[in-house]
Amino acid sequence: MGKLDGKVAVITGAASGIGRASAIRFAGEGAAVVIADLNSEGGEAAVRDCKEHGGRAVFQKTDVASEPEVKGLVDRAVKEFGRLDVIFNNAGLGGAVGTIEEITGDNWDRTLAILLKSVFLGMKYSVPEMRKLGGGSIISTASVAGLAGGRGPHAYSAAKAAVVNLTRSVALEVGKDRIRVNCICPGGINTPLIYNRLPGGRQVGEQFLAQLQAIPRAGHAEDIAAMALFLASDDSEWVTGQAMVVDGGLTAGGRLFGQDQQQRPTIPGGFAGPSFEKN
Amino acid sequence: MGRLDGKAAIITGAASGIGRATAVRFAGEGAAIVIADLNAEGGEASVRDCKENGGRAVFQKTNVALEEEIKAMVARAVKEFGRLDIIYNNAGIGGAVGPLEQITVEDWDRSQAVLLRGVFLGIKHSVPEMRKAGGGSIISTASIAGIRGFNGLHAYCAAKAGVVNLTRSASLEFAKDRIRVNCICPGGINTPILHRNMPGVKEAMEQWMAHGQPIQRAGHPEDIANMALFLASDDSEWVTGQAMVVDGGLTVGSQFLDQTAGGERPQTGIVPQGFMGPSFEK
Amino acid sequence: MGKLDGKVAVITGAASGMGRASAIRFAREGAAVIVTDLNEEGGSGTVAECKTLGGKAVFQRVDVSSEADIKGAVDRAVKEFGRLDIMFNNAGLGGATGPLEKVTRENWDRTMAILLGAVFLGIKYSVPELRKVGGGSIISTSSVGGLRGSGYLAAYCAAKAAVINLTQSAAIEYGHDHIRVNCICPGGVNTPLIYAGSKGGYEEAEKNMARMQPIPRAGRPEDIANMALFLASDEAEWITGTAMVVDGGMNTGNARFRLSNLANAGFSGPSYTRGS
Repeated sequence: MGKLDGKVAVITGAASGIGRASAIRFAGEGAAVVIADLNSEGGEAAVRDCKEHGGRAVFQKTDVASEPEVKGLVDRAVKEFGRLDVIFNNAGLGGAVGTIEEITGDNWDRTLAILLKSVFLGMKYSVPEMRKLGGGSIISTASVAGLAGGRGPHAYSAAKAAVVNLTRSVALEVGKDRIRVNCICPGGINTPLIYNRLPGGRQVGEQFLAQLQAIPRAGHAEDIAAMALFLASDDSEWVTGQAMVVDGGLTAGGRLFGQDQQQRPTIPGGFAGPSFEKN
Repeated sequence: MGRLDGKAAIITGAASGIGRATAVRFAGEGAAIVIADLNAEGGEASVRDCKENGGRAVFQKTNVALEEEIKAMVARAVKEFGRLDIIYNNAGIGGAVGPLEQITVEDWDRSQAVLLRGVFLGIKHSVPEMRKAGGGSIISTASIAGIRGFNGLHAYCAAKAGVVNLTRSASLEFAKDRIRVNCICPGGINTPILHRNMPGVKEAMEQWMAHGQPIQRAGHPEDIANMALFLASDDSEWVTGQAMVVDGGLTVGSQFLDQTAGGERPQTGIVPQGFMGPSFEK
Repeated sequence: MGKLDGKVAVITGAASGMGRASAIRFAREGAAVIVTDLNEEGGSGTVAECKTLGGKAVFQRVDVSSEADIKGAVDRAVKEFGRLDIMFNNAGLGGATGPLEKVTRENWDRTMAILLGAVFLGIKYSVPELRKVGGGSIISTSSVGGLRGSGYLAAYCAAKAAVINLTQSAAIEYGHDHIRVNCICPGGVNTPLIYAGSKGGYEEAEKNMARMQPIPRAGRPEDIANMALFLASDEAEWITGTAMVVDGGMNTGNARFRLSNLANAGFSGPSYTRGS
């Protein structure tokens, strides 16, 4: 018996990376999945992967920044599978990069449209369908870059912080309808978004990302899929408004003395007394 | 196939409430469990519940404030099941309550001993065994009272905040050993610590607590058990140093101009429909 | 005219570092200060410096883990200067350090007593006096280590986090008495606590600590004294329950990766005991 038996889920950005891993995991747990992405080739491959895992899936080409297309996406879920229980607003990109002075107004707007407006649209059009069923689960991909500065480009960081707080305010509004709203803050995940831009590709990404956090391996799309499954399932029936961090310990803090994890200071065991006492 | 097949777990405070629900859930997923509690009667009942759910379980009487008893508890897990993969430091009390000036130093210390020192000791003595097993998962029960202040609950609030940050610092130290350290911050959960198994009180609490948060039902021990299962399983292999909030939305914030978060929004007439422009606009 | 004219303050750990800088700053702004510390020599030095600047100050030897000593410090303020307006719970130390598994229970308990228990006692005994004068300001030294964990400093971090939450709870409880309760989270401040244990002393610590945060200089005790002055003064009249971060930006992010009302006092025991 699967944890999502009988449920219908929409996942955006599901042609690759976190979205695709989640689609496969959801399908394996009995969900019917609408794969949404701009990338048709990857989307169709994700559909095949889902079917191999025993689930039902269809592909819907979707630009998440377009209101009619997001509405069309939700309609497709209802037309195809008769209902909507879960939406995972996951599609993303790095967006505008560079110093604050270099970023153009157009690139800023494009970034916010894809990273933030898309989440708003996903919530807006899925809530009425979920209310019909007496509840549902809305999940969005935020980021550790949305929790503090310096972990991503400016526009990306701002948009992801906004996703975190949009999650909270919408959670308050739709709690009474038993619709839960949560987001996930991944740390350094080795997805095509990262490794396609690295010379050396996936393997170099694996090595580079292994050094960033307390747990010495790169994050994988499956780590996020596991959290998404928990949030999509009835196991999290009393969890709402949260930003769940899955980052291998990246944001747990650092050592107060010594910035570089490679140079671990060995503080001797014992007791550090007041300053006027000699050791 | 269970999600905890082959794993051995210790759960403190497992004679009732969150600990017991978690023990039953873990047992159903294939784990062998040491039920630790001061309450022997409830502990033995939990053992029976675990067995009925298809798992192995033993009871070990434990006062979590005592280092010797924590040591013995860890030793029991190893003796009984040959290893230790998971410890859930869950045992708790309300501790010193009421106006701060009236709190005696003795009650303050007793509260810290159970709520904070108990977690420290649980981490301290489970780590060597988990290292032998090549990794493990340490889970502790903190509280939303560890991330917010609550009037009249000073000792509890201070201790639970200590648990949250101890979780973070310990996670940094043990990550290299593949030992993950996380805690759970429950909101208003209807457990025996509140209803005291008094007739009718549980049902009354259930109704009253339903209005405490955006999701309009009281929290149940099983809600926390579900999160504990996630953190105990390999699904959370890359999650460490976190304080996971399970509170039906209680700490998310409060509804704008609305004291009763999640309730029907009162018609204040102040918030216009649509778009709220700058103040100089009519 | 000073910002603290006519006010009386108790500062713990005032023989050196942040406590001393705050005592001097408070005295210069017109406050009468009870300088408390275990270190009598340093404490007397602080008193002398306060007086040189035209302020009033007396030294009182206080072990902050002793309930009687904390009560004695508050009593001394009332006896000496007739009132208490400001309590600054500042005394601290590194406490139990090193791998968590090697930390003994004794060292854990000592650390908690000094870093957390002392703040509780400072609040407990100052509140009645502050209430008599129609309100006041309680300030405690927490740390950025109370906002995030740090390996090998677990006891310190746990205690400092607890101070933040205790600050919030007490602020809620005493708001209606106009008693404000706040804490300060210093980042890397070059105090004797740090440089006394550093091989190259003050100079080397100054150099190393300059690299720990966005603002490229080490924190100074005066940076914390400035925040304490603000929280102690009437300028902060509507500020309570906060944890003020003074850290040169250290806590902003990781620079490395650029890319109920329980009215009845008492004790609530385990769930199987009935009633409370």
